Amino acid sequence: MSVVDHNAIELAPRISEADVADYIALLKPRVMSLVVFTALVALVIAPGHVHPVLAITSLLCIAVGAGASGALNMALEGDIDALMSRTANRPIPRGRITKPEAMAFGMTLAFFSVLTLGILVNWIAGSLLAFTIFFYVVIYTMWLKRRTAQNIVIGGAAGSLPPVVAWAAATGSLSVEPLLLFLIIFFWTPPHFWALALFRSDDYARAGVPMLPVVAGPDATRLQILLYTIVLVAVAAAPWPLGYFDAIYGIASLILGAGMLAFAVNVYRRRARAESLRATRKLFAFSILYLFALFATLALEVIFRAIAPTIW
Amino acid sequence: MADNRPEPDGIVLTEAQKRSRRRRSIAIALALGVLVVLFFAVTLVKGPAVLNRPL
Repeated sequence: MSVVDHNAIELAPRISEADVADYIALLKPRVMSLVVFTALVALVIAPGHVHPVLAITSLLCIAVGAGASGALNMALEGDIDALMSRTANRPIPRGRITKPEAMAFGMTLAFFSVLTLGILVNWIAGSLLAFTIFFYVVIYTMWLKRRTAQNIVIGGAAGSLPPVVAWAAATGSLSVEPLLLFLIIFFWTPPHFWALALFRSDDYARAGVPMLPVVAGPDATRLQILLYTIVLVAVAAAPWPLGYFDAIYGIASLILGAGMLAFAVNVYRRRARAESLRATRKLFAFSILYLFALFATLALEVIFRAIAPTIW
Repeated sequence: MADNRPEPDGIVLTEAQKRSRRRRSIAIALALGVLVVLFFAVTLVKGPAVLNRPL
């Protein structure tokens, strides 16, 4: 006979001690900052006037929608997050928040962000935000991430959509410009994440996530990083020859692209372990700066054109 | 004087649990407040156009 009453243990309710900071961590604030910034740039460069209240509403909804995606992603990946040093400190592996709590939090935020954007701004933007959350949670997290080395290539579409959502919020329609912004982030994602995966490949292998360095090896990953970076530089410069942006953006994109390419070549050439780690870390860090600077240049060119029409 | 109050039934929260619950409740209240303000402001902008009326 057991002296422990297992029924009593199972029935004892778990009282949460999760703090607000734990819930904020579920929103992936650093990812959210990049999402908000790219969406802000799309709002700035979109044609026509957007009322500031509607612009703030759109950004808030996009930010909350991105946070909802992050929370749902963490809810579904608690098991593998616990196995990786980079993610072991997240609220679910630490036991601060349970999976059902994170799911409820993410679903609530997703529901209200889509509903608010749809009602207050327009339903094209609201539908696109819903699709973005669905793509990140269902297509990327639930379907692709644990099944294919192309997970972040296809899944990258989710991270590329926020400027498209913002453009739709500002104009009520879609056109070529937001598609170009989408393509820039889409082709930026593989070099960025594969650089991270190269110096965290032990983590991913332990968790059984088939990232490219784990499945195809570091050399194949280095080649893919280089190839995607070449395409990225071409795509990022495209708005200039296509006539959507002028020389300021074109030249800035080529200079930044040359930097990105130099770091990617460095990653391709340096194969020794210590050198390779340094090179991939540098590429990872520069790729974040690259995207911020590229999008900032887009916004600055439009602002400059608006305030100095006579000298432009 | 003896405390004649009955022992509380059910679950008794610890101080840490009470504090974190209070902070979560305040955060939810603030979020709802922001939502109300947002709907109010956008109604003024898009609906009766109060903010855009000529002086």
